[in-house]
Amino acid sequence: MNALAAKRRHPATLAVVLFLGLLVTGGVYTLFAPKTAGATAVAAETVDAGHKLFLANCATCHGVNAQGTKDGPSLIGVGAAGVDFQVSSGRMPMLSPNVQAPRTEPIKYSEEEVAAMAGYVASLAPGPAIPGEKYTNGSIGDAAKGGEIYRVNCAMCHNYAGSGGALTRGKYAPSLTASDVTGQRIYEAMLTGPQSMPVFNDMNVSPQEKADVIAFIDHLQTQPSEGGMNLGNMGPVPEGLFVWIFGLGSLILCAVWLGQKAA
Amino acid sequence: MNDNGHLVPAPDAAVAPVSGDDRFQDPGLPPHVHRLADTDPRAAKRAERQVVALFALSAIATILFLVFYFAIDPESTVFVPFMGAVKAMNLALGVTSAACLFFIGIGAVHWAKTLMPDAEVAEERHELRSSDADRAKAVGLLQDGAQSAQLDRRPMLKVAAGGALSLFALPFVVQIVGSLGKKQPKGVIDELKSTIWDIPKTGPNANKAIRLVRDPVLTPIKAEEVTIGSVFHVLPETIKESEHVLEDKGKAAVLMMRLNPTDLKVQKAKDWGYEGIVAYSKICTHVGCPVGLYEQVTHHLLCPCHQSTFDITNDCEVIFGPAKRPLPQLKITVDDEGYLVAPQGFTEAVGPSFWSRS
Repeated sequence: MNALAAKRRHPATLAVVLFLGLLVTGGVYTLFAPKTAGATAVAAETVDAGHKLFLANCATCHGVNAQGTKDGPSLIGVGAAGVDFQVSSGRMPMLSPNVQAPRTEPIKYSEEEVAAMAGYVASLAPGPAIPGEKYTNGSIGDAAKGGEIYRVNCAMCHNYAGSGGALTRGKYAPSLTASDVTGQRIYEAMLTGPQSMPVFNDMNVSPQEKADVIAFIDHLQTQPSEGGMNLGNMGPVPEGLFVWIFGLGSLILCAVWLGQKAA
Repeated sequence: MNDNGHLVPAPDAAVAPVSGDDRFQDPGLPPHVHRLADTDPRAAKRAERQVVALFALSAIATILFLVFYFAIDPESTVFVPFMGAVKAMNLALGVTSAACLFFIGIGAVHWAKTLMPDAEVAEERHELRSSDADRAKAVGLLQDGAQSAQLDRRPMLKVAAGGALSLFALPFVVQIVGSLGKKQPKGVIDELKSTIWDIPKTGPNANKAIRLVRDPVLTPIKAEEVTIGSVFHVLPETIKESEHVLEDKGKAAVLMMRLNPTDLKVQKAKDWGYEGIVAYSKICTHVGCPVGLYEQVTHHLLCPCHQSTFDITNDCEVIFGPAKRPLPQLKITVDDEGYLVAPQGFTEAVGPSFWSRS
C-alpha cells in the first residue's frame, strides 16, 4: 500500500475485511443453495385404502381401532376435518416425540391418500366435516369484522399480526403468515381445536364469521409491510433490540468518527 | 486569551508552562500534529473535492426525493433482501430524506476536520471568586432593593408574603398524603369490589340473572353450543347499556370453557359450573392482564404478561408465575330457554390485589 494509505489503515483492517467477506459468502450460499427434493408418494383411494394407510402409519400411536394409546389420543370423533388438517399440514405422522407436532414440509401423502385417511376416520364416528370451498376461500369474508373476531379470540396466542406466540413448557401457537396456511386449514383448525388450541365450533364462531377471519388472515399474509422491515411483528422487544444495536450503534460510530482527528 | 478576552492560537512549539505556584509544574500542551491537508496542497484539494462530493450527494438526494414523491405509485411495493416486500414510496422517501440530511452534516464535519483550523488554544482560567469591590457592590444592590421596596420600614410585608408562600404548597401536599393508606374517598373501594355482573337490587332489572353474551358480537350463548374443548370470551348482557364500556369490560371480562365434569377436581368449581361448563374471571390476579391463553389439552390458563399459569381442573389454582391468588369463579346456570346466565356476581373482588381488598 502507498504512503498515504499506510497512514490511514488500522492494523485490524485485514481481519475485519476477511470476516465481512466470510459473512457475505455464507449468506449468499444460504440464500441460493439448492433445496432437497421431496419424496414421491404412492397413489391410493377409497376408505379401505384409507384403513390400510391408517394401519401402516397411524396405528402405532393411535391404536389399531383409533381408540388411542398412551402415545396418542383417540381419533374417534375427530372427523375428516381433523385428519385433513393434521396430515395435509405435515404435522402427522409426528416425526419424533415432542411437546408439540410442528408444521412440516414435504408432505408424504398425495391428496387422494389424505382424503382416504380422512374418509376412514370419519367413518368411525360422526365428527367435523371438511368445510366447503364457499367459506374457506375468504372472498365472502369481511376482513374488518374478521379482524375484530381475531383480536378477541385468536390474537392472545397467535399475535396481533399472526406472527405466533409461546405457550407454556415448550408449546407454541404457530405463525399464520406463511402462505401454506390456507383458508381450508384455518377453518379446520378452528373447528377441530388441534393440540393446545381450543375448539371454535360453528355455533361459537359461525361459518360466515370464520370466513371473515380467513379474509383477515389472508390480508395479514398478503399485505406488504407499510413502514419497511417489520421485524416479524413481534412487538417492542425486537424493535428495541434493533434500535439499541443498529440505531445506537451507528450513532456511537458517528460520535467516534466525529471526535477523531483527520489524517 | 488576550486582553480583550478573544481566543488566540498558541504558537507551534510546546506552550511554556505558566503558573504562579511551584507545587505542580504545568506540563503544557503536547506538540501540535499537522494534518495532511495542512502540509500537502494535493491532500487539501482532495479534501475539498470530498466535501463538495458529500454536499452534492445531499443535493442529489433532495432532488431524488422530489422526483420519487411525484413519480412513485403509492400502492406499489418492492422486494428488498432481508426486509421482504415493502412499500416503494416509504422506502424511497425514507432513504432520500435521510441521505439529504445526513450528508449535509457529514460534509460540514469533514470540512471542519480537514480544512478548518484545528490549532489548540489555551484559555486562561481566572479565579472564580469575584473581586471584593464587586461583591460589596452586589450586596449594596440587594440592600438598596430591599429598602426601596420598603421592607425595612414595613416588616408586616415580609411576614404576610412568607406566610402566603408557605401555605401555597398545602393543597398539593394534603391531596398526596391524604390519598395514601386505608381510608379512601367514598366509593373508590366499592367500585374496585364490584363488577357489572352484580345483580342490582332495585330498578327494572332487579334480581334478574344476567345472560352471558359472546364478545364481540354480544349474542347470548346456549349451553349446548359449548362443546368440550371450547373457549368462549364472555361479557354480561348489561354491557350493552353500559355508559363506561371499557371500564366495565376491564373488570367484567370472563372466560368460559367446557371440560369433562370428571376432570374438575374441586366440588365447589363443579357446583358453580353447569355440566362441566365453568366460567372464570379473565382479569389476572397479578397485575390485571387478560388471561386469554387457554391450553385445551392441559387445561391451563396462561397470562401472557408475566406467565402466571392457572389450572382449571383445580379451581384455577396458580401453578406457576407471580400471581398469588386463583382466578375468581363466576357461578353460572341455565335459564328457561337454555341460555347460560349468571345468578349472582363475583363473590370476591376481581383482578389484582389492593390494600382494602379483604
